[in-house]
Amino acid sequence: MKNINWFHYAAPQTFYGLAGKAWPWFAVLATLLMLAGMWLGFAVAPTDFQQGEGYRIIFVHVPASWMSMVIYLAMAFWSVLGLTFNTRLSGMMTRALAPTGALFAFLSLWTGALWGKPMWGAWWVWDARLTSELILFFLYLGYIALTSAIDDTRRSDRAGALIAIVGAINVPIIYFSVKWWNTLHQGASVSLTKAPSMAEIMLWSMLLMALAFWFYTVALVLYRVRTLILQRESHATWVHELDEVKP
Amino acid sequence: MRWESWSQFWAMGGYAVYVWGSVGVTALLLAVEVWQARWAHRLVLNQLKAEQAVAQLPVEELM
Repeated sequence: MKNINWFHYAAPQTFYGLAGKAWPWFAVLATLLMLAGMWLGFAVAPTDFQQGEGYRIIFVHVPASWMSMVIYLAMAFWSVLGLTFNTRLSGMMTRALAPTGALFAFLSLWTGALWGKPMWGAWWVWDARLTSELILFFLYLGYIALTSAIDDTRRSDRAGALIAIVGAINVPIIYFSVKWWNTLHQGASVSLTKAPSMAEIMLWSMLLMALAFWFYTVALVLYRVRTLILQRESHATWVHELDEVKP
Repeated sequence: MRWESWSQFWAMGGYAVYVWGSVGVTALLLAVEVWQARWAHRLVLNQLKAEQAVAQLPVEELM
């Protein structure tokens, strides 16, 4: 097997071109999957015998919550790479991920509240699952605030990397909170160890939506990282030779 | 298709506010995020273009 030189692809110049070719594909896939997931979830899936039609909120709630956790772990991953290898791309990837992560964390709380009101009778309770997800949302906001407050990009990337890595401890806490504590929030809808507790068609709509959000995130992060590359490399010759910046 | 009419679909069995409040806000915020990313990208490209245009001006015009 040929050895791949990852550092070559991590060079901002190479990655700019690569990301430019890749993001439209992810965007198209995300759109198609979203349409399929919504159709299956809203036109085909049957009514839940306990929660009526209200349960359909989970088709956005569960995927948004998953993504809010996955994105934070991805930020921690890039931060570890950045601190160990000192690659310029790592800090940009972490920064490109943060707004989408914050958005999904907010949507998780928002749709959760809209589900909680009719099902539990409360928009919000200080339950371990909800509280740890709220902390995750604040961690995203903290990351964004801190990195945009420091002008020097190297220092700001390092400071951000610390928040991303330390805050990652919260992600398993969110995930296992329904097991560790006696929460009002229900247990996992899908687990790796036992058969899912949902009807198959509901499960498929949820998985399609999760995959759609995943591709949406990849497309948007690749798109956003290109903007960051142009900003940070604006004095490099290769940037001035790009067709899209020719006056 | 499991709905008998559009009005039944929009009513969501009495959960309309909660279901459409979730789906609507999600769709809206995703659209805003996409729009914001495109806007930011265009802004950077325009700045770079302007810098190039200035750099290409003959020296006397900058005096």
